Amino acid sequence: MSLESPLGKFLGHGSARDGTGHWWSQKLTAVALIPLTIWFVFAVLGMDSFDYASVRLWIGAPLNAILLILFTVSALYHSDLGLQVVVEDYVHGATKVLTLMVLKFMHVALAVAVVYSIIIISLGAIVLGSASSGAA
Amino acid sequence: MPETNRPLSPHLQIYSWQISNTTSILHRLTGVGLSLGILCLVTWIVAAAVGEDFYKSVAGLLGGPLGLLVLFGFSASFFYHLANGIRHLCWDAGYGFEKKRARLTGWVAIITAAILTALFWLAVLV
Repeated sequence: MSLESPLGKFLGHGSARDGTGHWWSQKLTAVALIPLTIWFVFAVLGMDSFDYASVRLWIGAPLNAILLILFTVSALYHSDLGLQVVVEDYVHGATKVLTLMVLKFMHVALAVAVVYSIIIISLGAIVLGSASSGAA
Repeated sequence: MPETNRPLSPHLQIYSWQISNTTSILHRLTGVGLSLGILCLVTWIVAAAVGEDFYKSVAGLLGGPLGLLVLFGFSASFFYHLANGIRHLCWDAGYGFEKKRARLTGWVAIITAAILTALFWLAVLV
């Protein structure tokens, strides 16, 4: 038996206001990922070659770059939310907090890395394109 | 958190295998697998930004026998997670909770995933 009052049991467990926040974000990214992943599957099937030059050309095309950023960022967000639930189920105590922290850092780092990469590939395509059109 | 002896969800060892808990654990398993998949996809895109030599080693690894096997696993995981994810979204909207229907849609998700995976690799190889 605990001498804690019913109120004491609830205090310090965080705000109840963001109760559906995690669930909602998971569903929102899930819905967004349906068309984005289907686009990606067809895009991969439509690619003639996976060599360096063709892949850069494909990533750098404006529509592909935009959809690829939307896809990878939504997927990374969805992955972070999903893995968070798995960790909360199976990891406890300080290890849980550390694992969640590392996962969050990794997901954010990957998101920044992929968006940065897609942008510099796109800018490369624009620079090359203006160089060739500038000569004409 | 107070320590209790009551079984907390999800306690796999006390459940007998049936379609409902099989689809549930598969959803989680493929989800974790797809987290590794997105890691591979990001590495591939970053490699294309880094330079030709690094891209070639990453693409070579993914295009090799072990890489293709892993990619096959990602594709199967993706098609299952997609099909069963849509099933989950229907539940969220309040549809398909009846036992009979939930079992049926579980099999539909598994079979759809198998067919889409087969079609995808057929399209890749042909």
